[in-house]
Amino acid sequence: MPPFLYIFLGALAIVSALGVIVQRNPIHSLLALIATLMTVAVLFIGEDAVVVGFLQIIVYAGAIMVLFLFVIWLLNLQVETGPTGHLALKLFGSLTAALLATELFFILAPPHLQVKFTHEPVGYGSLASLAGKLFTDYLVAFEVTSVLLLAAVVGSVALARRLPGTDDPRAARKTAS
Amino acid sequence: MQTLIQNLIASGAFGKNPPRDLVAAIVVFVMSLVVFLAIALPFAGIVTWVERRVWARIQSRVGPNRVGPQGFLQWLADGVKIVCKEDIVPDEADARLFKLAPFLVMLAFTLPWAVMPFSSSLILADLNVGILYMTAVTALTVVGVLMAGWASNNKWSLIGGVRSAAQIVSYEIPAGLSIFPVVLMTGTLSMQGIIRGQGWAPQHWFLFANPFTFVAANILYMSSLAEANRTPFDLPEAESELVAGFATEYSGWRYACFSMAEWGNLFIIGAIITTLFLGGWQFPHVTNNVVAMNVLELITFSVKVLFLVFLSMWIRATLPRVRIDQLMTACWKYFVPISFVNMIGTAVWVAIWPDGNVAMGYIMFAGAIALGAIFIQRVIYYLRRSQMEVYLNPTI
Repeated sequence: MPPFLYIFLGALAIVSALGVIVQRNPIHSLLALIATLMTVAVLFIGEDAVVVGFLQIIVYAGAIMVLFLFVIWLLNLQVETGPTGHLALKLFGSLTAALLATELFFILAPPHLQVKFTHEPVGYGSLASLAGKLFTDYLVAFEVTSVLLLAAVVGSVALARRLPGTDDPRAARKTAS
Repeated sequence: MQTLIQNLIASGAFGKNPPRDLVAAIVVFVMSLVVFLAIALPFAGIVTWVERRVWARIQSRVGPNRVGPQGFLQWLADGVKIVCKEDIVPDEADARLFKLAPFLVMLAFTLPWAVMPFSSSLILADLNVGILYMTAVTALTVVGVLMAGWASNNKWSLIGGVRSAAQIVSYEIPAGLSIFPVVLMTGTLSMQGIIRGQGWAPQHWFLFANPFTFVAANILYMSSLAEANRTPFDLPEAESELVAGFATEYSGWRYACFSMAEWGNLFIIGAIITTLFLGGWQFPHVTNNVVAMNVLELITFSVKVLFLVFLSMWIRATLPRVRIDQLMTACWKYFVPISFVNMIGTAVWVAIWPDGNVAMGYIMFAGAIALGAIFIQRVIYYLRRSQMEVYLNPTI
């Protein structure tokens, strides 16, 4: 990927990421988040991590975003009309942001960690190499994550289920506990 | 594509020492335009006319037959009319998103054509992750549909958008899982690689490779219809309940974008199934002439795809719409578990017969022919028993 394209896409990703927190309308924020994730996916593809890039589009732009959208609609989030939050909260927030920025600067400042444009070996980021890594070097982490996700699925089904004869899911939860 | 660009540069068509990247970009751009303007758009247009005619004949009506021979030019007339209409943006709508949404849907419709394997050398880009690319870019539709539904600021549109999102996201899972059996058998994600793993004869197609792939092909077809919002899964735009669903507020060419993407998607569905299960463009090697071979392959591919398109028209004319709970039950309680069984079953099959089982191919193909024969026999039986007059002339 030519450096100017890399910088252009990076800038686009940062601008749309800023859009997520600057917009007042939650739906607009969500669309900005989609734009961010898409740009990052294109960056992945440009850097030869093709499989990861397309999976990012499928999983995030397709499924996770729709989930976010349903959450926004279910919580009935409205357009923010004016400044909200306490002064102390804002102060604390700005302090934390400044701390995080300094931290990042000190971590990334050493010259050996700075971005270099290098050529990756042939086959880097292909499905075969990705699967090889997942099923050899990171097998335990991979399997443990899948068990964690399975537990989350079972847990959410247990929370949402209805016992026969009751219409209210909350009643079911009470009897279950 | 790359060889084509290299040949073009070597032939000196762009002068001596042309800038390679620029030439490549121009060639890709021109080829994309050709594929889009000469194949995708006319297909989407003509198929609207074909569908209305087929649909009408199945329901014993006549259908559009006035504009041009057999009404063939109806799609052009409709197209010109719809483009000339006023482009209305409602006052209460979120204007920017409202205007943007049709473009996103069109984008999701145009991008898959880049990896469409028309023949052994007619393909814009033979990506090594072709089928993954196909799944990823068609998933973008959901963003456009939701945006249209929300930005219209209309309850019908919103309900249509939400239904569509739930439907697309759910059916993406069985559709994605049904691709894996084929990937397991070929070990590649490239469209051309998958087609090269099959033969021209039906018993060498992946459809008949083993019982699991046969089921997978059927699930993939049904899930694709659901993702494309086709009857019997057209809840997002159920015209008797929701006017036109997420497209209610749209008019003029923006509405045309939605309907064009919807009909054009039929070709994409057909192409995916043809590539994965029906042997793609595979044709027996009858001549050494490369051009003639490519034309024959193109015809083979198109015939298979058009048959699947016809099948979806047939389904649309025959089946009633399902309810939303039936839709979700079918997906989560039946399609998803069956897809997992298919995947594991195929993995075991590949472990036992790494090179495939040819005898099974013949048995499955014979079984499919028997099924078709029984179906035709039943149809004839009911036609006779109902004692209705059948007009077989399709060109009234």
